[in-house]
Amino acid sequence: MALKRKSKQFKWLRKHLLGLRELSAEEITYILDTAEGFEQISTRSVKKAPPLRGKVVVNLFYEDSTRTRNSFSLAASRLSADIIEFTKKTSSVSKGESLLDTARNLEALGIDIVVVRHNAGGATKFLSRNINACVINAGDGFCEHPTQGLLDTYTIRKIKGTLEGLKIAIVGDIAHSRVARSDMWAMTKLGAEIIFVGPPTLMPPQVRQLPVKVSYSLDEVIEKVDVINMLRIQFERLGGNPFPSIREYSHYFGLTVERMKRAKPDILVMHPGPINRGLEIESEVADGRNSVILEQVTNGLAVRMAVMFLVNQAAAQQK
Amino acid sequence: MKVILDSGQIEQVLNELGNRILSEIPVELDIAVIGIRSRGEVLAQRLSVQLSQKLGKDVPCGTLDITLYRDDLNSPNVTTQPLVRTTEIGFNVDDKIIILVDDVLYTGRSTRAAMDALIDLGRPKAIKLAVLVERDGREFPIQADYAGYKADASPGKLVQVNLVESDGKDEVVIE
Repeated sequence: MALKRKSKQFKWLRKHLLGLRELSAEEITYILDTAEGFEQISTRSVKKAPPLRGKVVVNLFYEDSTRTRNSFSLAASRLSADIIEFTKKTSSVSKGESLLDTARNLEALGIDIVVVRHNAGGATKFLSRNINACVINAGDGFCEHPTQGLLDTYTIRKIKGTLEGLKIAIVGDIAHSRVARSDMWAMTKLGAEIIFVGPPTLMPPQVRQLPVKVSYSLDEVIEKVDVINMLRIQFERLGGNPFPSIREYSHYFGLTVERMKRAKPDILVMHPGPINRGLEIESEVADGRNSVILEQVTNGLAVRMAVMFLVNQAAAQQK
Repeated sequence: MKVILDSGQIEQVLNELGNRILSEIPVELDIAVIGIRSRGEVLAQRLSVQLSQKLGKDVPCGTLDITLYRDDLNSPNVTTQPLVRTTEIGFNVDDKIIILVDDVLYTGRSTRAAMDALIDLGRPKAIKLAVLVERDGREFPIQADYAGYKADASPGKLVQVNLVESDGKDEVVIE
């Protein structure tokens, strides 16, 4: 029906999206509402709309990525932008060029939006202060992955109607997870309660200062939660021996068919991907009826279109 | 502020629009009504109810959001920030006669955007433009097929259509 939209009089002013920690609940809601308008582009006969026609988007990825990079590429294409794909392995980074030099050179080509993934926390903020183009954070160190946080929140809101009052468990390698942080900021701002679940060795050092509850036992929380987000064990980031064996981790913190029997019947099972099947989540659960893992990917496209549209709008109005 | 159409007159103008549409479009053809957000959406719903009753068959109705097709998106002079909303068209537009509905026809820019948006959804047999009010000031070669009231408004004036569903009361005013 007409005019149901809540955030009507709001004005979006940010030309960068660096993290969700700095956003207000109203700004987050505005992005999610805007994303609703982009969903149908992907379902119709011509899967393209013109708002970024003549704009250039650079995917500047210093870390590997399948989902996020392809999602940003496709989102930019659907908005009619041109895209430059930049990956560390095939570029002059291997010759020693710095992040800022690379970005300034790309900027000299006339780019409008830079989508950056970098292993150093704060790299995107640094970049946003030193170049004129819009900067979108696609994951920086252990800090934030704002578009993933937004698409997770969008997926939950779409199915549950609201975040208000929901109990949401985020399980696994919290210490190395920027997804956990971005999810936490977005979801708590919209009224959900977040529980970080994992072994003490995989909790971040300052976890008690974050607006979350902490549990070291998945069995204790499985019955209570409305949403469970299973993080990937990031073998490439793990140092030392955070848990005795993969089998033991899986035994205590894996989402198994057995554990799912004790969960609420309408629990949403999420995973940011890529999945280690049989480790943090059993295949039957990942592909089961409570799983929204593939919906997350689809919704990510609409959310990323909305973010690119909004930062470009803000930039246009600051000219 | 001057009221140029009251609620009774709006009803009468809409009724005349419906009759003219039906007198010109053969009944055997597939008609659908699509309104441009947000006032056109409300008018399209009323028109589709009226046409359905008069034809004795269901005339589907949809809503088009044209924000992504506006030609001023990258202009720094836009005073109000464009708001992206959903397009809700639950039927296939291919081979249908689409009655595109808007509240006021002025520069013709919204109509241009709406036609581009519609064509990305499929290939209608024809697009006909129906508006409640038209006024001078076209910037594009566009005119209405079915225009209701012709308002005499000088260029700086705003013609505002208020409708019960969105604004609490039916009236058209010049500000």
